[in-house]
Amino acid sequence: MSVSATDNWPKVEAQSKSCLPERLVKLIESHRGDENPQGALIEVLHAVQGHFGFLGKEELDAVAQLMQVPAAKVTGVATFYHFFRLRPRGKYIINVCMGTACYVKGASAVAQRVQQELGIEFGETSPDGIFSLVSSRCIGTCGLAPVVMIGEEVFPKVQPDQIPAMLAKYKKLAAEPPPGD
Amino acid sequence: MAGDVAAKYNQLAQQAKETLAKRSEDEKIRIQVGWATCESAAGADDVAEAFRKHILESGRSDVVLRRVGCTGRCSREPIVSVMLPGKMPVKYEQVTGELAGEIFHSHVLGGSAVASGILDSDAYKPLKYELYLCGGPKCQHRLPWDAKQAFKDSVSAAGLEHEIALSDASCFGLCGRAAAEDVVFVLVRPSNVVYRVTRPEDVEEIVQKHLKGGRPVEQLVSKDEPISRRFFDLYGDVAFFHQQSRIALRNSGIIDPRSIEEYIYYRGFAALAKVLGEAKPASVIEQISQSNLRGRGGAGYPTGTKWRMAASQQADRKYIICNADEGDPGAFMDRSMLEGDPFSVLEGMAIGAYAISNGGESAISGYFYIRAEYPMAIKRVTAAIGLARKWGLLGKNILDSGFDFDVDIRLGAGAFVCGEETSLIHSIQGERGQPHIRPPYPTTKGLWGKPTVINNVETLANVPAVIDFGPKWFSQIGTERSGGTKVFALAGKVRHTGLVEVPMGTTLREIVFDIGGGPPGGVALKAVQTGGPAGGVIPASQIDTIVDFDTLTAAGSIMGSGGMIVMDQTDCMVDIARYYMSFSQDESCGKCTPCREGTMRMLEILTRICNGEGKSDDLDKLERLGKLIKKASLCGLGRAAPNPVLSTLKHFRHEYEAHVNEKRCPVGKCPMKAVTRAEPVPSAVQFVAESGGRA
Ligand SMILES: Cc1cc2nc3c(=O)[nH]c(=O)nc-3n(C[C@H](O)[C@H](O)[C@H](O)COP(=O)(O)O)c2cc1C
Ligand code: SF4
Ligand code: FES
Ligand code: FES
Repeated sequence: MSVSATDNWPKVEAQSKSCLPERLVKLIESHRGDENPQGALIEVLHAVQGHFGFLGKEELDAVAQLMQVPAAKVTGVATFYHFFRLRPRGKYIINVCMGTACYVKGASAVAQRVQQELGIEFGETSPDGIFSLVSSRCIGTCGLAPVVMIGEEVFPKVQPDQIPAMLAKYKKLAAEPPPGD
Repeated sequence: MAGDVAAKYNQLAQQAKETLAKRSEDEKIRIQVGWATCESAAGADDVAEAFRKHILESGRSDVVLRRVGCTGRCSREPIVSVMLPGKMPVKYEQVTGELAGEIFHSHVLGGSAVASGILDSDAYKPLKYELYLCGGPKCQHRLPWDAKQAFKDSVSAAGLEHEIALSDASCFGLCGRAAAEDVVFVLVRPSNVVYRVTRPEDVEEIVQKHLKGGRPVEQLVSKDEPISRRFFDLYGDVAFFHQQSRIALRNSGIIDPRSIEEYIYYRGFAALAKVLGEAKPASVIEQISQSNLRGRGGAGYPTGTKWRMAASQQADRKYIICNADEGDPGAFMDRSMLEGDPFSVLEGMAIGAYAISNGGESAISGYFYIRAEYPMAIKRVTAAIGLARKWGLLGKNILDSGFDFDVDIRLGAGAFVCGEETSLIHSIQGERGQPHIRPPYPTTKGLWGKPTVINNVETLANVPAVIDFGPKWFSQIGTERSGGTKVFALAGKVRHTGLVEVPMGTTLREIVFDIGGGPPGGVALKAVQTGGPAGGVIPASQIDTIVDFDTLTAAGSIMGSGGMIVMDQTDCMVDIARYYMSFSQDESCGKCTPCREGTMRMLEILTRICNGEGKSDDLDKLERLGKLIKKASLCGLGRAAPNPVLSTLKHFRHEYEAHVNEKRCPVGKCPMKAVTRAEPVPSAVQFVAESGGRA
């Protein structure tokens, strides 16, 4: 695909590039010659969210410009898929599985307890910015239901009474200074 | 031009063999720890780390740590196997770091197993030999005399009854290949020998020479290798496993999924080499048709027919897509396969690509569409693709055949409807994943307008086995209209949750009770849900229903992709129906009105019933609406969404009536009070794994 050369393209391009880290700009550019360049859109959005934790407006605009896909289309895709988040999130994501296997094994009670402990609803972030609470439709470990994920850690067979300790662990982690490299 | 495929393959096989021989693992003490999302969740990584440290500290070079995929024994994970050369493998369950230390010192170094940690230890006995006699409900080669009894008598006459166990195993899949005479196959562990027994004298000879004398009886050894031998060899002593027939899961939990050498060593890519060597794409399709392989993604469409339709199209380019979106909440078969044995799926895809491109007449390439919620599966598949390219099994001129095929990965982004084939295509094209009306079917006009075949993970994993072991063998394992096995993800109120692969035609009772151990805590079974949000419930009274596409549909549910949720008397059927409806309503893409509005109305009614505000005509309304949505919706999501409600209404109408008429939930699960909404049903499925693009 050729990039349309409008008069102000150099300026738009530079500005769009400045919104994204170089790695992502390269990823987008690597697809310029593809037979079907828009096919890379979801892959790019995954990468952008992987970097920023969410898809901000500026970043979406930059993706639209650099990929030469209408902004409305990019937004349409970003809002269609549950996986994409349009708002910043807390440091750790708490993901309560509400899939069938977890549901019949008492996931609702677990969900209620998490909400109660944090004082937030699904889709919200705790005021201290540490936790965002989401739910999923199955993370594929149904045999260990009910399951809760915090960050990358999967907690199997969770009982509501275990929640405070699980949260405390991550509060403590959040308070520690990041490991120096 | 095409070179000698067989020679090229043999060269790779030799290379794989040499690499493995260098490791000489067979002579060493092997500690095998599972490695999959579920195993890790249960703590397998810490356990592996503990073993690694112990091995290091001990300074022993004859002890190796292996990581394999999962065996599907979720409720008992982490599972560790210890294999001392020449001894029966011992498996441990729910291993912790502490138990790992004990196992290492007492068993690995000291030679005596830690009795308390052994998998299903109530059934465990230290034995010298174990014999497995094949059999199955459909076995057509049953002997006119009782082989098991003959073995029993002969073993006691020899005074060996305390050292030897006899078990019935599920069909080994050897019978279809044997001549049409009556036969029983007997696997002897740990000698790893399969006998072909046809006469009572054979029994006596095996007992005397082998079990007593310690020397296998060569002339009775079966020349054919059962597909699941390695599996039985390792796990045969566990009832959960030996009642299964592993075809799609033949390598899961056995081989290291990151090692292409191991896969090749165990006949991996032999089927692809055969297909490319023979260079008869039409015959591949014919074989798949004869095998009665039907799509495992839910609809059960005959795979051979689908391939033939795509093959008959003239086009400069075609596509084959592996559907690894696994959206049914409560199902994890595909995840386990991708994590535990990614090469089988890849091989199946390459065989399909060859067939539908008419041997490369049209250019063809492939996509794995994997849900982003499966980061480990994504990693394994990415690695497998890389290795296959390196070994010349993907890319240009595969195995010197002149055939080109390569595969790319695309990630899903958390929309259930993207598992539907037309919306999956939109998603790969970088668009909103909304379905469109068929026809045209993807086989005519699919990805970027080109003929496209979409197959499920499990369908593709079966393909190499069909080619390798023959279509007749495969079709005989199943029922008349559905060949082979089906993998189920058994979850919910059942003792042994996990993956179960059984021949089509097995009864629900065998799966839920004989393999799954029934509901825990002595609570009675109420129903089995199959097919997830698109399926229905089978009440306990129909537990003898056999599983195959047609019987489950006739019973008012569907086979679906293999999610199987067991429900006991403490589960409320109205609540379950409401749960599924909230799922479908939330996942409805909104493109067509019957589904978008209809699921919303049905959910409103169900919620009101659960809250004790049901009206007398609500049940009729549900039925009417349900039928309408089924008829008028555009895609499979809408057309199947009412199923859980309609089937619970059919079998458990009295529970609905108690809610509506008496304002009472018989099991006390529903809130039954006037609130605007029942419990918060999360509206957005979000997930967080950091996975950028091609993870
Ligand atoms: C709403 C919906 C969701 C689906 N989800 C999946 C899925 O997650 N995995 C899958 O293999 N098939 C899924 N299917 C079925 C596919 O449309 C398609 O039939 C299947 O992938 C074809 O492969 P097969 O012939 O090998 O079964 C879904 C269908 C519908 C209507
Ligand atoms: S039936 Fe539902 S999911 Fe399918 S196209 Fe219509 S609105 Fe979308
Ligand atoms: S339903 Fe919760 S992990 Fe599958
Ligand atoms: S029943 Fe014997 S191998 Fe099938």
